[in-house]
Amino acid sequence: MPPRKTTAAVATFGDHEVITPEHGLRKAIARKSASSGEDDPVARAEKALAELSGEFTSWMESECERLDMARRDVISGGFTETSKQALFHAAHDIKGEAATFGYPAVASAADSLCRLIEFSPDATRIPMKLVDQHVDAVRAIHREYARSDAQELAARLTKRLRDVTDDFLVQQNRDRPEVLEQIRGPSLVPEQSAK
Amino acid sequence: MRPALGIAMVRIDFNKLRFLVIDDNAHMRRILRTLLLGFGSRDVYEAEDGASGLEAFTHYIPDIVITDWAMPIFDGLELTHMIRQPGANSNPYVAIIMLTGHSEKKRVMAARDAGVTEFLAKPISAKGLYQRIMNVVANPRPFVKTKTYFGPDRRRSVSSSYVGPERRKGGQADMIRQAPLLEKIRTTD
Repeated sequence: MPPRKTTAAVATFGDHEVITPEHGLRKAIARKSASSGEDDPVARAEKALAELSGEFTSWMESECERLDMARRDVISGGFTETSKQALFHAAHDIKGEAATFGYPAVASAADSLCRLIEFSPDATRIPMKLVDQHVDAVRAIHREYARSDAQELAARLTKRLRDVTDDFLVQQNRDRPEVLEQIRGPSLVPEQSAK
Repeated sequence: MRPALGIAMVRIDFNKLRFLVIDDNAHMRRILRTLLLGFGSRDVYEAEDGASGLEAFTHYIPDIVITDWAMPIFDGLELTHMIRQPGANSNPYVAIIMLTGHSEKKRVMAARDAGVTEFLAKPISAKGLYQRIMNVVANPRPFVKTKTYFGPDRRRSVSSSYVGPERRKGGQADMIRQAPLLEKIRTTD
């Protein structure tokens, strides 16, 4: 398909321009008609996602396996840039997907591992035992998810991991006030449920 | 008197939108595709890293790009910088929705300053994604170009109680607003 240049109206000011591009998405907006009143695209998408959810258990297992493999690579070869990124991305993906896959309590432990890696100025100083504890926690929370007290155990375990991790990070970053601010600062994005 | 037309009175015809989903995680791409098809879209392309995403962007000319942040080769932030180059590609104004597990203040600000149109934190939800798409379709923002920034106006609203310094020189920028589509529909109705 040949590219088509987008046109735009430009207003020039002292140190900036304000550009009003041609709005190509206009084509997709329509008034709701009486017949479309009952149509709910969000409900349709949620239904489609629910139909896909039969895959989620095996997807979650494969993500946990990937995290474990990344951990083993760090154990065998130490923290290199490659092994550090692989461990971080595996944990980061679990943090983002766990709730969608039906395992929201797993996300916090994965998040704590992400913080440990991201905010450590020198990954080689991260105690391997702390990495192990995080990976084992992620796997255990996932494995025991059917237990009636799984959420409570996960919350306690994750809080302990987070506290130990934050103590380590504060100590490691004591001369980096901007990083300390990030470690202690809240997220800008409000918590949202998977639904 | 004509009644006001609100977001609740419009719908998106997803059949008319082309999406490009860029994420290195195959599970997340499948989830996004499922949600977009559930909304009614039929035109969804995928790429698994920033480099192939940029190639797909050039080839397919999507209406909306949904990109992950953390990806191999180059990430979603770098991809956004590459797309937001006036004159360098067919549509530097394309709507970019950044989907990410990062939600720290520093990250959100970096995404905004790269020219991302909307930010959607994981875990993803059908409602959250739909709202972001509705926002880019129905409420487009003008673009601002300075020496150091090119992207959607980062001021989403004008506060009458703001008492800080005016950082834009030339003054009138806040007077210019792109007419929302809702207004256009009202006037052509």
